[in-house]
Amino acid sequence: MIELIIPAIISCILAFFVVYFITPPLIKILVKKNYTVKDMNKKENVMVARPGGISIILGIVVSELVLYGFFQLNEILAIIITTTAAFVIGYVDDRKVMGGWFKPVTLAIAALPIIFLGAYSSDLAFPLFGDVQIPLLYLGLIIFMIPITGNTINSIDVLNGVASGFMVIASFTLSICLFILQNYEIAIVSLPLGFVSLAFYKYHKIPSKIFPGDSGALTFGAMYGVIAIIGGVEIIAAIALLPAVINSFLFLSSVKRVVEHRQIKGKPVEFTSDFKLKATNDKTAPVTLVRLILAGGPLTEKQVGFAIFKLAIFSGILAIITAFMMGVSL
Amino acid sequence: MKSGLYGFLFGMWGLIIIGGGIMVVLLGPFSIQQFGDFHWIISSGIKVTISLILVVIWILILSKLKNYIFKKELKF
Repeated sequence: MIELIIPAIISCILAFFVVYFITPPLIKILVKKNYTVKDMNKKENVMVARPGGISIILGIVVSELVLYGFFQLNEILAIIITTTAAFVIGYVDDRKVMGGWFKPVTLAIAALPIIFLGAYSSDLAFPLFGDVQIPLLYLGLIIFMIPITGNTINSIDVLNGVASGFMVIASFTLSICLFILQNYEIAIVSLPLGFVSLAFYKYHKIPSKIFPGDSGALTFGAMYGVIAIIGGVEIIAAIALLPAVINSFLFLSSVKRVVEHRQIKGKPVEFTSDFKLKATNDKTAPVTLVRLILAGGPLTEKQVGFAIFKLAIFSGILAIITAFMMGVSL
Repeated sequence: MKSGLYGFLFGMWGLIIIGGGIMVVLLGPFSIQQFGDFHWIISSGIKVTISLILVVIWILILSKLKNYIFKKELKF
């Protein structure tokens, strides 16, 4: 057991402190280069540095390389390659506005190393009912999973601190589930995602000093998706991600097509005179998670963020219950 | 509103558990042997088709559940 504990501690410390110490100078560099965007939810004209994906990917790569030094697992290589590819895809989208096809198609290509490295099992495990072997279908699942998790996390990156805070809850939930299922090596490999998210949350929480950008959100989502595949916990991972899945589902079922957020004309949310967020009555605007939360009345940005975190904790509890149910057979 | 969202989350969770069970019961024992070396490709193709049908049914049920739980809020 000690041979697992030492790499786990070293990688978690590295993951946290690389992001913790690199993000402040990164903010200074981005501001100096004028790589900033307006924070749309602030009364004043506040400009925030973007993209923070650079420090996120550094934290992940450094900690996973250290883990590779200890374990030499193809699964770790799959995490490093796919997550780095997702970062590059997001960075391109941060710098240049790309078409709606760009992210799904390129993220699907980014998932290919998982297949080439054989870092997966084609058994899909369900709670209570056991496994089902789906060799061909599983290859399709891998190709679809990374674009879905990447874009799902990207779609909830709408308020200060929400994407990183949500990732803290979802990724630690996934690690706990992997420990429950006694998949210790992958559980340790998954821990840096939670610590990177936690360190980034310090600068991303309200009032944000930096935004993750597409590069950060896709990095978070892609790594989460890879862990779900290599750990064989796809269903549990989907459950832990349910609030973000609901957001994407509500959005798609209201606009009825795959479309970039910036192409939508109607505004789902507006501001009250005291600058609280309020749901609009605009029928052309998409239905989103934030809009539904605000249907009960105006709330501050911080209150909406915490409402999302509470939903994430609730789905995290459901995911942990599901992990325990994996050991039960009907 | 918030209780509606928790209810919807719980409903989605239940649908995942039930949907998974149906998938295991339907697809688990499914195999075709009379096509020689290609039997696994044909089996997988049929499994893909059944899975896609299940996913479509799942999304339809979810849409109904969404409209039921958020019938008041979705009058935006």
